[in-house]
Amino acid sequence: MSLPMSLAETGVVSTGESVFFWIVAPLAVLAALGLLFARKAVYAAMCVVFVMISLAGFYIVQEALFLGVAQIVVYTGAIMMLFLFVLMLVGVDASDSVVETLKGQRWIAAIGGLGLIALIAAVALRATMPAPRGLELANEDTNPVGVARLLFSDYVLVVEISGVLLVTAAVGAVVLTRAERLRPKRTQREVLEEKMAAYAAVGDTGLRGLPAPGVYARHNAADVPALGADGKPIEDSVPRVLRIRGQQRSIASVSPELAAQLEASTSTHAGDGGARSVTQSGQPGMPGTEPAPGTTTVDGERPTSQSTEDTGTKRAEQEEQQ
Amino acid sequence: MTLVNYLVLSGILFSIGAMAVLLRRNSIIALMGVELMLNAANLTLITFARWHGNLHGEVFAFFVMLVAAAEVVIGLAIVVSIFRTRRSASIDDVNLLKN
Repeated sequence: MSLPMSLAETGVVSTGESVFFWIVAPLAVLAALGLLFARKAVYAAMCVVFVMISLAGFYIVQEALFLGVAQIVVYTGAIMMLFLFVLMLVGVDASDSVVETLKGQRWIAAIGGLGLIALIAAVALRATMPAPRGLELANEDTNPVGVARLLFSDYVLVVEISGVLLVTAAVGAVVLTRAERLRPKRTQREVLEEKMAAYAAVGDTGLRGLPAPGVYARHNAADVPALGADGKPIEDSVPRVLRIRGQQRSIASVSPELAAQLEASTSTHAGDGGARSVTQSGQPGMPGTEPAPGTTTVDGERPTSQSTEDTGTKRAEQEEQQ
Repeated sequence: MTLVNYLVLSGILFSIGAMAVLLRRNSIIALMGVELMLNAANLTLITFARWHGNLHGEVFAFFVMLVAAAEVVIGLAIVVSIFRTRRSASIDDVNLLKN
């Protein structure tokens, strides 16, 4: 006989299975003890994940391929990850107090657990069992097909009912974890009307969108304020969080030369703001920097969109006229 | 080695799960102990399916898995909602029925 002796003929499992069992079973028991003794809940969860995976190995070795795969997918993939999510939600350091609330509970529980082990082991070892048959016959058309045949013939009603159970559980979880609504729901219209009322009452309340930080400020990070058309930094353009933490930076700290230019240009234009009609801004980096104040303005014309060359020729014409 | 080894292993895991439920105060770890007990029961069911040479035990184990999934979803939802109201995941803090 070339094939290894089957379970039905010998009553004992194959050597490979024994080796697997004696390697994995002690590790699984150790990991299970980790659930009992690990201080941190996440370690306990990882220990249970290990136990689940080794149990999946046992299922596959015991000719229950379908359940072995389902064990990995359902337990380690879904359930234990759900546990980890909830641990993160509740706080990893969800304190596990060492204080005994019931006196002697720890010893009673430990003795009870050890007694349970002894009892189950004694029953399992001493019971008279029929000779094991093995699943060769039942798994003729592979194990998943065999399980599916049973599930969808003898147990089809139970499958339907468990579908209902799963739907109920999902709805129940949603209902249980839904947050209570503390104040009435605000519609978009109400939000808008509130904003408009605040604008009418107070004035500039940020009804417009805030300007983006860093635009035209020689620096594109969010911690530098944007420059307004008048060359002054707009503090509102820096995100509120950065301002509260004191992490915003001035333009001078990013680009000293730009700050100096701004200083020069604003001081030049300071006095003649009323005298000039709308012209080029005269800010650094903009066309029209060089012309001195007063010379760029031609009454009745709109020089804002002109390039420097145009202004240059115009100035030449003006000089000729004078 | 015979199939009895699996039964003994399953008994050990079941007892450890039961002790975790009794000893640990963190409700999430207690739920994990319940999961461990259900898994140990599954190992017994699968071992007996192999013993008796038919797949009914595996079908039982499948349904146990399914019910465990539903149970853990509801259990964790309850833990989360208790944590939301009482800011604690400890079993000892759920004592409204005491006195």
